[in-house]
Amino acid sequence: MKKKIIAFLLLLLFSASNLSAQAGDVEMADTMRSNGKIFVVVGVIAIVFTGIVIYLVSIDRKVSKLEKKIKS
Amino acid sequence: MKQHWWKILAVLLLYYTIFAGMMLEVPHLPILHETIRNLYFHVTMWFSMIVLFIISVVSGIKYLTKFNLRNDLVAAESAKVGMLFGINGIITGMLWAKFTWGAYWVNDTKLNGAAATMLVYAAYFLLRNSVEDEHKRAKLSSVYSIFAFAMMIVFIMVLPRLTDSLHPGNGGNPGFGNYDLDNQMRIVFYPAVIGWSLLGVWIMNIRMRIKLLEENFFNNEEKNYSIPAAPAVFSK
Repeated sequence: MKKKIIAFLLLLLFSASNLSAQAGDVEMADTMRSNGKIFVVVGVIAIVFTGIVIYLVSIDRKVSKLEKKIKS
Repeated sequence: MKQHWWKILAVLLLYYTIFAGMMLEVPHLPILHETIRNLYFHVTMWFSMIVLFIISVVSGIKYLTKFNLRNDLVAAESAKVGMLFGINGIITGMLWAKFTWGAYWVNDTKLNGAAATMLVYAAYFLLRNSVEDEHKRAKLSSVYSIFAFAMMIVFIMVLPRLTDSLHPGNGGNPGFGNYDLDNQMRIVFYPAVIGWSLLGVWIMNIRMRIKLLEENFFNNEEKNYSIPAAPAVFSK
């Protein structure tokens, strides 16, 4: 039983390493990441998103102010 | 601040989506390469759209049981924001398709189904705007929204599964496991779905409150300024 389990695990291991070897051929933007420049893009997106969130919050506040005004 | 926790959660989850989604390791797949990261931004649009349409159809049904116009308002506004997310989904999908399938639009069941869904919901707004009486409009559009929701399920969930499709997650009977979704991507994808959906609900909430304010304003105006009496021809 133990031998079977070990054999199964080994099979899994080999098939997994096979897969990763295949996947290694796929071109990814790894160099971009290692250069660190991708952080700039992420930063820009984050700033844009921050702007949108600030805008949403300000609209939300304006609406709640008006709601209070109408209630009083 | 207490009642705003879900808005803060939405923003935090979306920051997490941006940072983790852009920088964490993703599976190395042929053709897709880095574009697999679109999963956090394109696919989540459709998930949020479905969430908003569910809110819409549920409030529509609520209206039909209680006849409270507020439910109808929620139904209409969430359908509008759902539409926004759907259009975002179509446009981002077109860009993604151009660089992976080679064309902005291919004659595919999933894509045409998505477009048909947009048209079905466009008809919902047409119907709403063409009825003057508030309650009649609410009743008609609530009933129609049930039909529209069912059509959406058929167009984007059922039909694409019955045929072959270029789009992943179709043909045969795909579960979630069949997505190119490994555990590394799940830890970003699910928070992203929740984050985008909550953002949609937030926008819907603001739109609904503005509509309520408008109504309140005009009702007060009627109270403050007496409406001039109609000429004798119009009165019975």
